[in-house]
Amino acid sequence: MNKIWLIIQREFLNRVQKKSFLIATILLPLIFPAIMGVLVYVAKEQKKNATKETILYIDESGYFQSDSTKYIFKPFHGSLEDAKRAFNLDESFGLLYIPKFELTDPNGIKLYTKINPSPTDVADIERIFENHIKDLKMQQLKIDQKLLDQLKTSVTINSVKISEGGQEKSSDSKVLFGVGMGAGILMYMFIFIYGAQIMQGIIEEKMSKVVEVIVSSVRPFQLMMGKIIGLASVGLLQFLIWIILISTLSTVVLGMFGMQSPTQEMMQMNGQYAAATQGSNSLEILNAFTQIPWSYVIFNFLFYFIGGYLLYGALFAAVGSAVDSPAEAQQFMFPITIPMLISYFALFTFILQDPHGPISVWLSIIPFTSPIAMMGRIGFGVPLWQLLLSMALLVGGFILTTWFAGRIYRVGILMHGTKVNYKVLAKWFMQRG
Amino acid sequence: MLASCNYPSSFATYPFKFLTIKIVEALVARGVTKRYANHTALDQVDITVPEKSIFGLLGPNGAGKTTLIRIINQIINSDGGEITIFGQKLNPDHIGLIGYLPEERGLYKKLKVGEQLIYFARLKGLSKSEAVLKIKVWLEKFEIKDWWNKKVEDLSKGMAQKVQFISTVMHEPKLIILDEPFSGFDPVNAQLITDEILQLKQKGSTIIFSTHRMETVEDLCDDIVLINKSKVILEGTKKQVKAHYRTNTFTVEHRGAFSLNGSLYDLIRQETLEDDFHRSLVKMRTTGSPNQLIQDLTNVTEVFSFSEKVPTMSEIFITLVKGESNE
Repeated sequence: MNKIWLIIQREFLNRVQKKSFLIATILLPLIFPAIMGVLVYVAKEQKKNATKETILYIDESGYFQSDSTKYIFKPFHGSLEDAKRAFNLDESFGLLYIPKFELTDPNGIKLYTKINPSPTDVADIERIFENHIKDLKMQQLKIDQKLLDQLKTSVTINSVKISEGGQEKSSDSKVLFGVGMGAGILMYMFIFIYGAQIMQGIIEEKMSKVVEVIVSSVRPFQLMMGKIIGLASVGLLQFLIWIILISTLSTVVLGMFGMQSPTQEMMQMNGQYAAATQGSNSLEILNAFTQIPWSYVIFNFLFYFIGGYLLYGALFAAVGSAVDSPAEAQQFMFPITIPMLISYFALFTFILQDPHGPISVWLSIIPFTSPIAMMGRIGFGVPLWQLLLSMALLVGGFILTTWFAGRIYRVGILMHGTKVNYKVLAKWFMQRG
Repeated sequence: MLASCNYPSSFATYPFKFLTIKIVEALVARGVTKRYANHTALDQVDITVPEKSIFGLLGPNGAGKTTLIRIINQIINSDGGEITIFGQKLNPDHIGLIGYLPEERGLYKKLKVGEQLIYFARLKGLSKSEAVLKIKVWLEKFEIKDWWNKKVEDLSKGMAQKVQFISTVMHEPKLIILDEPFSGFDPVNAQLITDEILQLKQKGSTIIFSTHRMETVEDLCDDIVLINKSKVILEGTKKQVKAHYRTNTFTVEHRGAFSLNGSLYDLIRQETLEDDFHRSLVKMRTTGSPNQLIQDLTNVTEVFSFSEKVPTMSEIFITLVKGESNE
């Protein structure tokens, strides 16, 4: 035990004393909001200063209304062929050809451009027509705009979660979506980055051939576990520093910008949702944000990080011990990354969309996918039995992979220049002491 | 040279054992066996390493030397047999007693020399303060005190070899196991290490030396064991082994060519050195006194020098190993 402790210390100090650790730990929490801020700023500026594009148009229908905030429409008088020629010579963005059409069947409108137009350009121009035709139809049908406005009703549903004790908590599914996504992605990154570091460390020991010197003093299993645990503690330290940095920073930022947190900005940017649902204004989002049981989420994140990391870390260790160079490791990375990728994609396609559906539930229980899948679900509330089952299976899972990896590791680290394939790994696994 | 070594073929076909008279054994292995899926790496291996000696563990590549060394270091387990170290059954407490320099060796490139040695020493069970004291003594001895804060990657190969050697012996192990210690060492460092090995022996350490460099065996080893194809085929003190493989062959330098007739001697070879000077290789058919040969020689020629041609370890090694593979 004493020796494992020495190895843990060594691994921990090795990483923490590196400049790269310091930079990653302190800069990353600053970089993300900074990038977000810059993007938001640029997007806003672009909107403000965007030069209006010119579009030539030939209107044979007489229905076209040329007022738009985004484009300058210039009428062209002449045939379509002349217009095309003129369009080729000047700097206009597009040439819009509007033939005669019936209001009930607006067809045949064409937009000629020099470069492929973006979907939003096409949609914007379509909307100009749609709005104008709608107005015309309303006039035809003698519908008053006021009457129409009176028909409109805005409904906002406040979702309130009632806990078993009868306590009511308002929640916001969009905020939960964001939390699930963030936690899931963070989990994915953590497991991958730290798992890969275990592998890299082991390959380094093998390549520098220091490993046999070490295993003459400690059992190979102790060396492997020392490395895994040492790196885990580096990961946890990094995570804790991030939590502290982010929470203090956001408090500072919130104070400075008067409750406008960057996350909120993102939420609003994120979507037409936010624009469409008029009810959820920033204050409510903020409220929902504070309503999230953060300590519960963080506790679970830590549990699943440790569990998932140990589970995958052992597999990364086994791969590292089997190969002689990082390049050789590629072939064995594939089966390890598959369940990670499945859970990562499922996070967006199933789990966040339908956190209580059967696929989401199963993915959050199976040990190989549960760390990421459970993070996606955790904010939405997970039944206790599912959480406990998932946790128990995860613990069982990492004990199994550690045992499995240990058997390969003890043989692999002493092998040099062997051509390794799955058959060889199986043989190592079966080999006695 | 080889052709001249006509050992009786029976010597090569069965393991020979010689009685060792010393009482305390640093290491005794009895019936040690290690099997892998496709082959047996060690088959009923018995060795006895007397205390305070330099013990040569010899054998061609793939004979099983490294496997045996790894078992002694408890890196891998044997499938059968027993090993005792200073009379005690091998157990994890012995790790601190052993200093091991593996054939596949290296250091952490990014670590500083001092840090690295402290780490290794602590893994061997030393406390930090003990480690620092002992490492300082060694660094001073090798006159490399100012390397403490140097990273290993900034050291030259020869410098790294010194550090590596220190890491093997700094915790004052009673049993030192060196697997091909000179491979990759430049001659200067090799000599330095040789001197250290002899000093360590004088101070009471036992050294197991695995190698196929026979000159070093000839110079350093007191006892040897020869392993071939996972079995011990020869064991004993260097003197005993050499005595056993004496072939009653003598080298004579003389003036005037001669031929030996009769049933007592074989004239294996006679070469001319200059003018009338010759060198002859004479083998006595029966184990008699060399005096008889000298007497007989003086009758036929003028003898300038006379010496027994003792087989070198290298010759014994090659004959035995070849004999095995011819079976």
